Amino acid sequence: MAMIKVGMADAKVCRAPDAITTLGLGSCIGVALYDKTTRIAGLVHIMLPDSTTVRQNQNRAKFADTGIDLLIEMMVKEGANRGYLTAKIAGGAQMFAFTGNSDMLRVGESNANAVRKKLKELGIRILSEDCGLNFGRTVEFYPETGDFLIKAVGKPPKTI
Amino acid sequence: MQMNENGMDDFQFDVLTEIGNIGAGNATTALSQLINAKIDMRVPQVQMLTFPELSEIVGGAENLVAGILLSLSGDIDGMMLFVLESSSARLLVQQLMGMEPASTDSFTEMETSALQEIGNIITGAYLSAISSMTGLTIDVSVPSLAFDMAGAILSVPAIEFGKMGDQALLIESRFVDLDVDISGYFILIPTMESYKHMLKVLGL
Repeated sequence: MAMIKVGMADAKVCRAPDAITTLGLGSCIGVALYDKTTRIAGLVHIMLPDSTTVRQNQNRAKFADTGIDLLIEMMVKEGANRGYLTAKIAGGAQMFAFTGNSDMLRVGESNANAVRKKLKELGIRILSEDCGLNFGRTVEFYPETGDFLIKAVGKPPKTI
Repeated sequence: MQMNENGMDDFQFDVLTEIGNIGAGNATTALSQLINAKIDMRVPQVQMLTFPELSEIVGGAENLVAGILLSLSGDIDGMMLFVLESSSARLLVQQLMGMEPASTDSFTEMETSALQEIGNIITGAYLSAISSMTGLTIDVSVPSLAFDMAGAILSVPAIEFGKMGDQALLIESRFVDLDVDISGYFILIPTMESYKHMLKVLGL
């Protein structure tokens, strides 16, 4: 079994028995999409909510709106069925506590909301999620079982 | 004029490097006085990194680090992050407070506030040097401390850079104590608008 690594602002696809991971999600979101029937999974590491508000938006994997579309295209190309896709998401933490409400520091929440909105538009159900709070997460998705494993510093790992 | 991917020419890049040098030099002096030890500063390095590279700089995305974040306003709008490897953070706390670390996994409340204070002093020294050398006014927020995976902490400045392009500007400064290796990283992130403003105020 190989563990495929997804970097920041990056998207990759894998199929069972391989698994897919992204390390140290902070305010970014890891969106795992899964087609149970073909056991094909994809993971995208999203940094920002909206590609339309940013001029430098060539890297589609960076944004919630374009990143999820990109991942679906990649998965369908690999043989996944668009209609069977389900999602599990994690991340979107607020790493630093600040008084005052600068937009700069609320990006985790905006990212999570943008991902939920996009998935709803596409009719993809979110089976489970672990978003928000103030700590980093490493996530691993296992297409063999559909398990999404979440690891954080000083906390027991959990499967959602 | 030669432009790199972020629309910055070599000269502007040099200006930023110099700003980083000024700040890091003063911060090193402050750190030396704080723990009463001779600390040398290695020549700071300014690099343009892709996001996956940025999350790997402090020993890998899952490496435990202490990060101190300040938000900046005034002539420089943006944020500044000071990152210490967890071993360096422990050594600093130990030297400052003259005590053995309580545990290896986390910091006690006392150690956390000591670290916060160290961050306060060092980033203050860094920014005030830049401010007095350039005449730029920099207003600084109260620093906030997080102890977590490097990738998660670095995602905060990475996201800010992500609004401007696909690379991040890193000003890395490494401090070296005579006996122990204490290393820190300064990451200064002006917004695109305030970056232009900075150059203008500097007469460039």
